[in-house]
Amino acid sequence: MEPDRLLELSDLRVEFAGEEGVVRAVDGVSLTIDRGETVVVVGESGSGKSVTSLALMRLVASPPGRIAGGTARFRGKDGAVRDLLALDEPAMQRIRGNDIAMIFQEPMTSLNPVYTVGRQIVEAIELHQGKRGRTAANLAEEMLALLGIPEPRQRMNAYPHQMSGGMRQRAMIAMALSCRPTLLIADEPTTALDVTIQAQILELIRKLQRELGMAVLFITHNLGVAAEIADRIVVMYAGRVVEEGPSRALFHRPRMPYTLGLLRSVPRLGIARGSGPLQAIRGNVPDPRHLPPGCPFAPRCDFFAAGRCDVAVPPLDLCEEAHRVRCVRWRQVAEMVGR
Amino acid sequence: MTAAPLLEVDELRTWFELRRGVFSRQRGHVKAVDGVSFTLKQGEVLGLVGESGSGKTTVGRTILRLIEPTSGAIRFEGSDVAHLRPAELREFRRRAQPIFQDPFASLDPRMRVEQIIAEPLAVHGLVANAEDRRAQVAELLTQVGLAADHMTRYPHEFSGGQRQRIGIARALAVKPELVVADEPVSALDVSIQAQVVNLLRELQQRLGLALLFIAHDLAVVEYISDRILVMYLGKVMELAPADELCRKPKHPYTEALLSAVPVPDPDRRGKRIVLQGDIPSPIAPPSGCVFRTRCPYAIAACAREVPDLREVSPGHFKACIRDDVL
Repeated sequence: MEPDRLLELSDLRVEFAGEEGVVRAVDGVSLTIDRGETVVVVGESGSGKSVTSLALMRLVASPPGRIAGGTARFRGKDGAVRDLLALDEPAMQRIRGNDIAMIFQEPMTSLNPVYTVGRQIVEAIELHQGKRGRTAANLAEEMLALLGIPEPRQRMNAYPHQMSGGMRQRAMIAMALSCRPTLLIADEPTTALDVTIQAQILELIRKLQRELGMAVLFITHNLGVAAEIADRIVVMYAGRVVEEGPSRALFHRPRMPYTLGLLRSVPRLGIARGSGPLQAIRGNVPDPRHLPPGCPFAPRCDFFAAGRCDVAVPPLDLCEEAHRVRCVRWRQVAEMVGR
Repeated sequence: MTAAPLLEVDELRTWFELRRGVFSRQRGHVKAVDGVSFTLKQGEVLGLVGESGSGKTTVGRTILRLIEPTSGAIRFEGSDVAHLRPAELREFRRRAQPIFQDPFASLDPRMRVEQIIAEPLAVHGLVANAEDRRAQVAELLTQVGLAADHMTRYPHEFSGGQRQRIGIARALAVKPELVVADEPVSALDVSIQAQVVNLLRELQQRLGLALLFIAHDLAVVEYISDRILVMYLGKVMELAPADELCRKPKHPYTEALLSAVPVPDPDRRGKRIVLQGDIPSPIAPPSGCVFRTRCPYAIAACAREVPDLREVSPGHFKACIRDDVL
């Protein structure tokens, strides 16, 4: 692995057993994260974005889920490279929280309601850093202060229900970062929050990342949030990566019709009513149990070409430096979008 | 079109009592809606925006009389909704229809689509017989972009976007004049939101509906609304034509709210006003202007008096004493 590389996920496949047979929720996903880099995975429901992040933490519930293949080579704080998907549970527990931490969409369901926030952060510090008593408590308090929580000493004694949504999300980030992980996985961490609080949390994550030099894998469905925070963007659809590249390239030169469609369908401030209907993507997100043959986006695609798009899943093609797209017609898209 | 508004909301207050203890002693009020006034003309779209706790949902529910107002008046074609006789109330409930946020929770899973859409028709006695019923349901389904033969299916057989279309068909079945849509697209996938927004707008224009569109997403609200009303902690902060409010906000809260909306453009990153702190508790709102505790322009005078909603340019109202900052 290259020295700056933190994570190399390769050909991840995750399956879920259902009444109608096995559903492949993640089908051959590969992605890399460098030290200190922010990679945003964008996708809608059923795209496999959350399952990918859960698989990295080995938190896919089994049964019904199963990691069916792939490797996830991760460089630990100790410098050793391990395959996360092959580690036994005790080894994985040492990685979780310590090297990789995760925050979720709804902090209320991730915090224990019967313990104070302080105790929950102290627990993480004791477990992973071997610090005890006053030292651990002081560290926890420092974390709350770092997260911009007013009166951190008093807040140590607060229960989760006594805090607002924004404060709870901060407390959860404090807990996640208390062991100074090198990778933070954030699964829709601002989706349940109001926009003014979302802006606070995004700014906070950016600031902490700079200060702690940590890499972030950020999962979201919101393109605006992605633009706000990403170095690189990975777009997922129906369990596969369909486009990936540097944030600017993706927003200014999208090559996958799905990405283009998403960008065009999102209403933006300043779009006058007179400009006609929004350019919606037609149809629905496909049912993972009955994926169409070929490109899964083909039935909704304006660039669909019979005989090309409906025969085999297209390969991930390099369309410019560091920018890959899974579409046989990306050159036509490029002609239309320009540049 | 008549000049008189279809809906007139006047100094509306909806307070919830706060009780505690075995003997339910009253301990104060949650002032969910605290003195809100606006009008809505026939065929007009008014966007109602605010964050959680702003009272926007309570305004919608109070207008539909799903919640009783504490004080103030809601006049529909001039008569106060709170004092309607039973027969009049039934007629009002036909003419004013809701569309809900969650298309999974708002459709009965044990009813077929035909029953769901026909239920309001039956309640209001608008179907002659089974044949007429099917014909009307088929027509409605086509109107919302579904197929007539979908009527024999159950809600679980549909995606979120399709379910929201069924919810829209149900609301339109009884030919309402006013539709109150509370976050109708926020539970939908990004690629589906635009479809439903387009559908709502097309139907609103074609049928000349008055639409109260309640949402937190300012970009969607700007797109669909003629005018926008911004609420914070139960009160109106600003009310103005949609494009004017978004281009030249006059209230510091609107300015901050607009600036917090993440824009899908990496070159515009981080250029924003980040408000400090959280929305205060509606049980003990700040004195004076309720927004002053988070306002970057607050001065001592802001704590003294509740600012009036005043007209600062034609059709543009704001509740802020500072005219020197925006």
